[in-house]
Amino acid sequence: MEALLAALGLTETAALLSLSPPGWGGNLLRGLVKSLQIAGGAFAFGLLIGIFGAYGKLYGSLVTRDLLGIYTTVIRSVPELVLILILFFVGTDLLNQASAALGYGRVEISGVVAGIWVLGIVQGAYATEVLRGAILAIPKGQLEAGRAFGMSPFTLMRRITIPAMTAYALPGLGNLWLIATKDTALLAVVGFSELTLETRQAASSTRAYFTFFLAAGALYLMVTLVSTFVFRRLEKRARRGEAQAGSGG
Amino acid sequence: MKLTKLALAALLSATALSGAASAQEVKIGIAAEPYPPFASPDAAGTWSGWEVEMINAICAAAALNCVITPVAWDGIIPSLTGSQIDVIMASMSITEERMQTIDFSDPYYNTPAVIVADKNLDVDPSPASLAGKIIGVQASTTHQSYANAYFEAESELRVYQTQDDANQDLVAGRIDAIQADSIAMADFVASEAGACCEIKGAVATDEAILGRGVGAGVRKGETELLAALNAGIAAVIENGTHAEITARYFTTSILAE
Amino acid sequence: MIAALKPLMLPHRLVLIAIGIGIFVFCALTMRWDWIPDYQDLIFEGIWRTLWILVVSVVFGFLLAIPIGFAQAAGPWYLAAPAAAFCTVIRGTPLLLQIWLLYFGLGSLFPQFPWIRSSELWPYLRQAWPYAIVALTISYAAYEGEIMRGAFASVAKGQLESARAFGMSRGKLFRRIWLPQAIRTALPTLGGETILQLKATPLVATITVVEIYAVASRVRQDTFIVYEPLLLLACIYMLIAGAITLLFRHLEKRGVGRSSGGT
Repeated sequence: MEALLAALGLTETAALLSLSPPGWGGNLLRGLVKSLQIAGGAFAFGLLIGIFGAYGKLYGSLVTRDLLGIYTTVIRSVPELVLILILFFVGTDLLNQASAALGYGRVEISGVVAGIWVLGIVQGAYATEVLRGAILAIPKGQLEAGRAFGMSPFTLMRRITIPAMTAYALPGLGNLWLIATKDTALLAVVGFSELTLETRQAASSTRAYFTFFLAAGALYLMVTLVSTFVFRRLEKRARRGEAQAGSGG
Repeated sequence: MKLTKLALAALLSATALSGAASAQEVKIGIAAEPYPPFASPDAAGTWSGWEVEMINAICAAAALNCVITPVAWDGIIPSLTGSQIDVIMASMSITEERMQTIDFSDPYYNTPAVIVADKNLDVDPSPASLAGKIIGVQASTTHQSYANAYFEAESELRVYQTQDDANQDLVAGRIDAIQADSIAMADFVASEAGACCEIKGAVATDEAILGRGVGAGVRKGETELLAALNAGIAAVIENGTHAEITARYFTTSILAE
Repeated sequence: MIAALKPLMLPHRLVLIAIGIGIFVFCALTMRWDWIPDYQDLIFEGIWRTLWILVVSVVFGFLLAIPIGFAQAAGPWYLAAPAAAFCTVIRGTPLLLQIWLLYFGLGSLFPQFPWIRSSELWPYLRQAWPYAIVALTISYAAYEGEIMRGAFASVAKGQLESARAFGMSRGKLFRRIWLPQAIRTALPTLGGETILQLKATPLVATITVVEIYAVASRVRQDTFIVYEPLLLLACIYMLIAGAITLLFRHLEKRGVGRSSGGT
């Protein structure tokens, strides 16, 4: 192994990337885990907001629809970096005021939670649109039949809407997951310790910029490829039993 | 009403994921970006440097239970006012402008600002000599404010997120000069990466902009904490710990006079 | 004009608009805006730079996307595979990482090759904006390339076959039939992609390009005001995004996106 690396001129690179100190490989992997934690939490939080948002936009009152429209429009036109800063300060301010009003001391917020809060709100706007489109794509007959059977709105949602909409929503949700994983890099600009910031710290400490940025790129790419594969399998499973459209042409 | 309180309490406990902060813990905010020789991390994540040792010494002398918390330099004052950290000890200069927002302890070191440039470049730290050159500074520092006041008219300014980015660009030749702290720069030009460059001299003093030394920042109104920190700083200077730590890093004293 | 305003005339909308104006006036009066006159010039300069970077990267990115998409849709494997790899890699990694890799990575090479400093490119390699433009253009080209791939593939084969039957050369076929049809298919998404590109522009502030986000950062650092510069920044971006949406809606209405009658 060492001989191969030496032949390729990569011994120094391998040393820099090794998993235990003084190699920085372990730091990068820890950063990756943090990134994935934040992305996962933000995706889930966004999905939750998205379900409420989609229902609100489809079945809510006119005012609800307009307010949700404002929410999605603002999030979709303002850069994530600006939103991250605004939401972070607003969020921590609100939390501190709330905890002061209730008589608790200062509340400690971990970086992961703050990242999830911020990115989750951004994801929520896009998830609203994806889920709304998916619900609209469900053949109306299924929902009408459910209502004719006397199902309560909650049962309808559980038994018919969500399973039916999954197949339509998965492509959009897969895209959202990829956006979430890449948006975690933006948290590096505000100093949250995830993969991109770890990469930068490693690179500036060792001056080996190309090595670490390419390594980080490879890690992100791996996440992307694995995620794409997983979502395609999920889509196939969600679409099982449906007639396949003719391919080609 | 009670239900809302209950819900809010549940929300609060849910968000305090990393565990409740013990009442005694004092969070000392340092810059998340490496700033050798004052504070830099190694691969394992432990921070070391003159300022880190000074923080530990001052906290020991002041009998405070300190936790070093890296925060992005860009947002370090909002983090203080927003209570994510309790003290800033990140080589932050005491300036009138900053004193409008936060309070400072007594200074624990004071070093001049210098201009660093390539060895082959013949400049001195005056606006006239630097006219037409590109100068790099770190964002949110007194050096940026100073450069805006004195150099912006005749030279091009580049503002970097971290001091290290500016150093990198100087070595790469993208900028002609850097204005930064003399100690950090002495460390840089002595290192292998900074072999190209040398310190050209200190800039003309302007205490209003550059401040009267580096102190610990606290929120306005935290008089107890401030008194404890001042006592700690005085103790560390008096019992020789300050001089001892300094001797291990620098050749001369960097104390405020 | 009146027709455009009609959707706004519903009673609940009027109430919401009134509340919105109320909030706006409240903010204008109670928050600190005294810093705006001092930084006026800088703000306009920042907006200009943002727009300039946006337009250049979108135009060049789109031009680059055409061959990338076409290679994947109709090209031989030795052209399609690199194009596909390019799109996958660029779309699979964060833009911030690509920007930093380009700027700091290349920067770390300069000291090792001293002859670069005497080359003609050096004045441009010293500036930050070329790197910003290149990184944003590459990013846009990758995302648009995917869209153009689908667009090229979706042009009805019948049209291409009949054009060949008419004896059109390959070049003419591409110029007259394939490319225009593909662009028409892709046009509706162009507005959305341009807005996404607008949202990507603040990232170049991290490599010292002074666009509007960097200006807002400077205001926040100089004055220690936390919210107001960010709110103004958000409003500016919303206005620009709104203008882009209106522009593309206008373009679509004028028939740029509509296929000519018949086929």
